[in-house]
Amino acid sequence: MSSATGDLEAAARLAVDAALAAGVDEADAWCQDSVERTVRVYEGAVESLTEAGAKGAGVRVFRDGRTGYAYGSDLSEQGLQALARAAAATAAVTEPDEHAGIPRHPGAAPIPGLRAGGFDDWTMERRVELALAVERAARERDTLVTNVEDTVYSDAEARAALANSNGFCDSYEETQCYAFAYAFAGDGPDRMTGMGFGVGRGPDELDPEQVGHEAADRALAMHGARQPESRRCPVVLDPFVAASFASIIGRTLSADAVQRGRSLFADREGDQIASPAFRLVDDGLHPEGLATAPFDGEGVARQTTPLIEDGVLRTYLFDTYTANRAARESTGNGERGSYRTPPSVSASNLLVAPGDASADDLLKAAGDGLYVMGVAGLHSGVNPVSGSFSVGATGRLIRGGELAEPAREMTIASDLVAMLQGVARAAGEARWVPFGGSVQAPALLVREMTVAGS
Amino acid sequence: MPAESAQLLPEDAAGRLVERALRRGGDFADLYVERRDTFNLSLDDRRVERAQTGSETGAAIRVVAGDATYFGHVDGLAEADLDRLADEVASAVRGRRAEPRPLGAAQTPQLQSVRVDPQAVAPERKADLLRECDERARSVGSEVSQVAASYVEGRRRVQVANSDGLLAGDDRTRVRLGAQVVARRDDRVEAGSESLAGHAGFELFEGDPAAVAEEAARRAVTMLAARPAPAGRMPVVVGNGFGGVLFHEATGHGLESDAVQKHASVYEGRLGDKLASSIVTAYDDGTMLGEWGTDAIDDEGTPCQSTRVLDEGELCIYLYDLLRARKDGRPSTGNGRRQSFRHLPIPRMTNTYIAPLDTDPQDIIAGVQRGLYAVSFGGGQVEPATGDFVFGLSEGYLIENGEVTAPVRGATLIGNGLDVLTKIDAIGNDLAMKSGFCGKDGQQVPVGTGQPTVRISELTVGGTDV
Repeated sequence: MSSATGDLEAAARLAVDAALAAGVDEADAWCQDSVERTVRVYEGAVESLTEAGAKGAGVRVFRDGRTGYAYGSDLSEQGLQALARAAAATAAVTEPDEHAGIPRHPGAAPIPGLRAGGFDDWTMERRVELALAVERAARERDTLVTNVEDTVYSDAEARAALANSNGFCDSYEETQCYAFAYAFAGDGPDRMTGMGFGVGRGPDELDPEQVGHEAADRALAMHGARQPESRRCPVVLDPFVAASFASIIGRTLSADAVQRGRSLFADREGDQIASPAFRLVDDGLHPEGLATAPFDGEGVARQTTPLIEDGVLRTYLFDTYTANRAARESTGNGERGSYRTPPSVSASNLLVAPGDASADDLLKAAGDGLYVMGVAGLHSGVNPVSGSFSVGATGRLIRGGELAEPAREMTIASDLVAMLQGVARAAGEARWVPFGGSVQAPALLVREMTVAGS
Repeated sequence: MPAESAQLLPEDAAGRLVERALRRGGDFADLYVERRDTFNLSLDDRRVERAQTGSETGAAIRVVAGDATYFGHVDGLAEADLDRLADEVASAVRGRRAEPRPLGAAQTPQLQSVRVDPQAVAPERKADLLRECDERARSVGSEVSQVAASYVEGRRRVQVANSDGLLAGDDRTRVRLGAQVVARRDDRVEAGSESLAGHAGFELFEGDPAAVAEEAARRAVTMLAARPAPAGRMPVVVGNGFGGVLFHEATGHGLESDAVQKHASVYEGRLGDKLASSIVTAYDDGTMLGEWGTDAIDDEGTPCQSTRVLDEGELCIYLYDLLRARKDGRPSTGNGRRQSFRHLPIPRMTNTYIAPLDTDPQDIIAGVQRGLYAVSFGGGQVEPATGDFVFGLSEGYLIENGEVTAPVRGATLIGNGLDVLTKIDAIGNDLAMKSGFCGKDGQQVPVGTGQPTVRISELTVGGTDV
């Protein structure tokens, strides 16, 4: 127990004891608090500045196999007792499930460095400076940059504690930050937008110039885009897009989706589901991953879980409930979105392994095709049970192995299985992308997709 | 209930906090107090599960000085915490100090009627509602393989006080019933969903609520027979109800004044211009009785109102919150909304819809030789700065020789908002509203979207059948 989080641990224990006193068989309690600072700048001045604390607790109880949950923001003794009673009362309406319960093998992995060194040296003034530097870098990148609509720097210092009725009680502290800018290139019908961002444990890890330049460069690369003709062709997914797809694939590999008949990868463990060039790992311990923590949302130690190796599906992601149901062990993926929701299966840090190709190699191998820089509507555009998708896309045509004119108002369509089987090569350089979770991905060359334009 | 809603915090305390927040400078300050109570229940795999109850109370203070906004919030309403919040926000402010006006009498807006308080309905009744949904969905056919249903209720009491002397409150109860169904035939798997939701009490479920599950199942089973969608440019008839999301995304977001003022909307500088054909009149209306996006006041205390945004094709107005309205020297349109006390208010739509005309929807379809009938969307996204949008269809059909024929899968509509407005060439008489959640700047708010059957003379359909 760390003295810096002793109060939260005490609160979590108190809630568990109160739940047991209310007559439940098992209980766990998650308590968290955080301080968030967000700076939004526009045209060289502060647009809004937020500094605020937030706290909350969630109590989960099991009584005769029935599960109940209650959350609230009142962490006083009375508040926690009321939560425990509410959770116990709530359980009565649900139906018993023999697999429900707290983990049999709780634990925690020692993880150093979740709190950035030097974080406390950052004053609000320095945070504002950082945001302004991002915006400036984007605006000054090129005369074609006509606007930087939105520039944000945000960080959070968070603490979390978990206790359960098996005697588990642990906690951790962490810091996280991000910056992004959203730039426009050109005007009128030629105007296109681009986003740049950076993430890290603390502001010292961010390079404001790089964030601003990325936003500008991505907008400039798309400037003057037009609708292309429909075709079937090879596509290169840039790391932003590859990461978005990886996040969708991670969701289909949740044991919960599998057990509830909502995954196209049900009953496919051990099968070749992807080309050998596609490797996917869930790594809850990765030193750079923002989802890294000593334990998951129900007190199981985080771990590294290879999901797809040599194209073969090795395992699904499990929390305690789905593991009990499948007679397996939890993979430490009982995630809490926040204290408002009980743990459920979700990826931690999802990593698509880099290959050995350079970015140019991928374009050359594609020959004539499409370099996809953005997809829209992915989460609603993919059928999770059939895997088919058709989503809006922006990017550049590839002609003779080189980037050609920018393209918009089109869709790319395929299905997840065909896409995974069709991954021909992965670029050697991967980057973190905070879209749909914490994901790291390289650019990927996919043999064929349907591009629908005019 | 109105009296209670206005009294989350005593009036004198509210006034004192607004004054305290302005102590170090600022042109405007407001206090937002909220109490939120929720109850959720789900059914999946024939089992009632995930019973969750929640309660959160907190307050936020905002000070505006020039073009800068300073914001903070706190959990709970303890006096010492609120004082500290006001001081912390005040200490960040750089600017001259405005003199706050004393709070006026509390406004008593017309609250939405809630006949059956959902909190007073036994949880077992809610569980039964979910079981009815399960049964009803499965009754559609043996191909229905998975049924999930969810029930959500929430009550939000809010109170707003500001340095212009405003004091107002609202008491918002919302309920929602949703169903998601998976159907299988051999190797084919399709999903369908439907929901029933409103700013209303449990009386919303007095009719035939389980019909939502039947509709979700019908959708999933229908799509089992779907063939690959055609790709290319063609006429598209967008069905009523759900279809309104197209207008919400493709036009509505571009009318939000924050995007307009930051030169991030293609609708900037277009007031008074004829952007659509004369048959198109459209509204954002936060007063529609019982609708999902309706409130008595917005989250800055401005009464919700009905705003005609397009009048016979002509752009009339943008959607404003207080901050952006101040900047343009005009009143707010009651569109200053926020997800919770932990979020800053920003201009948001409420219920947005295209007004009906008197054409029979059948006649609209009959006028299409070869095209697409888009009934339901899985979701959509728009880039307000360019107007580009994309929508995935969850239910769609071919139109051949004036008749709706085979269902298609994998279809996506892609286009540009300004362009599509000019291409609306028929509007039906069958206006219907649907509920949804709209995300912007990391904030989710409930919105209503709707329209009658609408025909777009030409739109790009992205499909797999090139």
